[in-house]
Amino acid sequence: MRGIFSVTVENRSGVLSKIAGLFARRGFNIEQLTVGETDDPTVSSITIVSEGDDRTMEQIEKQLNKQIDVIKVRHLNALHSIEREGVIIKVNYTRSNRLDIMEICSVIGAKIVYMGTQSLVIEYFGEPEMVQSLLLNLRPMGIQEVARTGELALQKEQK
Amino acid sequence: MITGAQALVNGLRDQGVSVCFGYPGVAIAPFYDCLAQQTEIRHILVRTEQSAGHAASGYARMTGKPGVCITTSGPGATNLMTALATAYADSVPLIAITGQVSSQLLGHDVFQEVDTTGTAEAFVKYSYLVKNAADIPRIIKEAFYIANSGRKGPVLIDVPVDIQKSSFKEYEPGEINLRGYKPYTKGNSVQITKILKLLDKAKHPLICVGGGVILGDAISEVRQFAEKTNIPVVSTMMGIGVMPKNHPLYFGMLGSNGKPYANRAVLKSDVMVIVGARVADRAITTPNNVEKNTTIIHIDIDTAEIGKNMGFTIPLVGDAKYIFGEMLEKSAEGNHKEWIEELQEIKKSCVDPRVFHDEYVNPCRFVQILSDKMDDNAVYVADVGQNQMWSADNYITKRGRFLTTGGQGTMGYSIPAAIGAKLSDENRQVVAVCGDGGFQMSMMELGTMRQHHVPIKIVIIQNNYLGLVREYQHKTYHDRYMAVSLEGSPDFEKIAEAYGMPYYYLEKNEDIEKTVDEFLAEKGAALMVCRVYELDQVKG
Repeated sequence: MRGIFSVTVENRSGVLSKIAGLFARRGFNIEQLTVGETDDPTVSSITIVSEGDDRTMEQIEKQLNKQIDVIKVRHLNALHSIEREGVIIKVNYTRSNRLDIMEICSVIGAKIVYMGTQSLVIEYFGEPEMVQSLLLNLRPMGIQEVARTGELALQKEQK
Repeated sequence: MITGAQALVNGLRDQGVSVCFGYPGVAIAPFYDCLAQQTEIRHILVRTEQSAGHAASGYARMTGKPGVCITTSGPGATNLMTALATAYADSVPLIAITGQVSSQLLGHDVFQEVDTTGTAEAFVKYSYLVKNAADIPRIIKEAFYIANSGRKGPVLIDVPVDIQKSSFKEYEPGEINLRGYKPYTKGNSVQITKILKLLDKAKHPLICVGGGVILGDAISEVRQFAEKTNIPVVSTMMGIGVMPKNHPLYFGMLGSNGKPYANRAVLKSDVMVIVGARVADRAITTPNNVEKNTTIIHIDIDTAEIGKNMGFTIPLVGDAKYIFGEMLEKSAEGNHKEWIEELQEIKKSCVDPRVFHDEYVNPCRFVQILSDKMDDNAVYVADVGQNQMWSADNYITKRGRFLTTGGQGTMGYSIPAAIGAKLSDENRQVVAVCGDGGFQMSMMELGTMRQHHVPIKIVIIQNNYLGLVREYQHKTYHDRYMAVSLEGSPDFEKIAEAYGMPYYYLEKNEDIEKTVDEFLAEKGAALMVCRVYELDQVKG
């Protein structure tokens, strides 16, 4: 089972290492990890995507909650949260694949943000599934480099 | 103006610290210079930093307040790590203050620099690397609060030497504001009612007590609840002391080194309340079997312990003292006569298969007589190994305390922990019981005892082997012994003499009573060697 944890923490030095250390020490997986400051400069937000059985997910949530620098842990459920990911992709560009690339971009809604003589850079921000789909479709063109934000997630309004 | 070092000392004083254990060095020198200029806090110079941590642990476990230990940077700090890990595993509140190299040199691999907070990360409850002297008053206040609230544990404060020297204007600890830390949960009343209903219906209810009952100061509530409802009790090693040994409801220590009838009670129970225990591998080796047949109620102050090692039917997070106080009040009197009789039958039928060689002292008999002859409120500190198992198995609980390291099994714990326990209350009798291996890991502390006049009694159960490993090699590797002989041990009588301690030697069963009487009657510190047969076993 895949789990997304949205964790707000004290914005202090060493906190990320405490969280990462906790995952390593207890044998929890980190598939993706995103960190950034929130609108409150004393608070950072960490989004962690992990994989494991129910018991592991429960332990991750409890162990995160135990950390003194952790302010709040949300174990997000896909139905009740908004998940997004950003990506920039450098892809090989030739006369022959130009139209294909432009078509893929226009279908998915990605934007070409740089055009060199042999490569293009494409940016996209959207649902994680669409990021996968974009990468999959660009692969035959020859992807040179990829940079991803990792998944970002927020809980929807509670009903 | 006040310096960082002075603020550290003020902070300790404000927290009511009257004794600390440590070992100085250049990176902690400003702090020691401030200690030199006051008289409220007594400093005990240990002989290695690990002992500072263990002594602080013994002190903390007796007083219920965090024990304070101090070391310098680098090797001073790394020597302390074993003690921090030991305290963490047993949830003992400690405050460790370590010196650190100058903050502008951090990360440059200079003399006596290690990443102390990084090294200790996995076994402290929280740690600080102080960057600003003005933060020290708040940090000390927070550190004591964190260490001694919720699930207790060690907190490390690493202070670069320039921060100790630097000055700031006003000493103002302020209010504690830890928005991510809410350690106090009383216990949900709906769950409490549910538990009482389940216990009321149960045919074979059982309570399993762990060290959390002692740490949570809930001994009398748990005992009274068991008595009112007539529910039998078993204990983990860290829970020894919750129930008196001869209590009709007490069925001993469970686990791989425990009583077979305690384990049978667990397997036969239909509802088991586990309180303040982590249920690790040594206590319940086959949690899945127990889960299948028993309704498990798990009570712990730490949410993360519930469901970590064992499944549960009803979780209850909260303070054991409060929860058992509530349960005691709301419960009806119970009667489980048949179940208790059944357990007593099982207990009677469990014959000890061990044969102890009569050439030397029978260790079980020795522990029984020793603990029986000790003062009613005495402290018995058991080290690690066969001696620990014999101690746990035979210690007679009265109003005293049984201290040992259940979580880590750290050899050499008993002597420094006994020193700390003794310094918490000089009127209490304190006896450390160790093996000849464990003794040699801490025997340098006889110097600490002598220097600071700490009159504890030390018993060495001598069999010239690292006995528990030898026993393991006997069973698992068919007597292919490797690295377990302690040939080369010193003449312990001469060691005692060198430190000016009276010495007793016991090797015959018929002399136990007399020798123990004389040994315990000694006013000051004393050392006794109790010779047991090389091949005596913990298990049959």
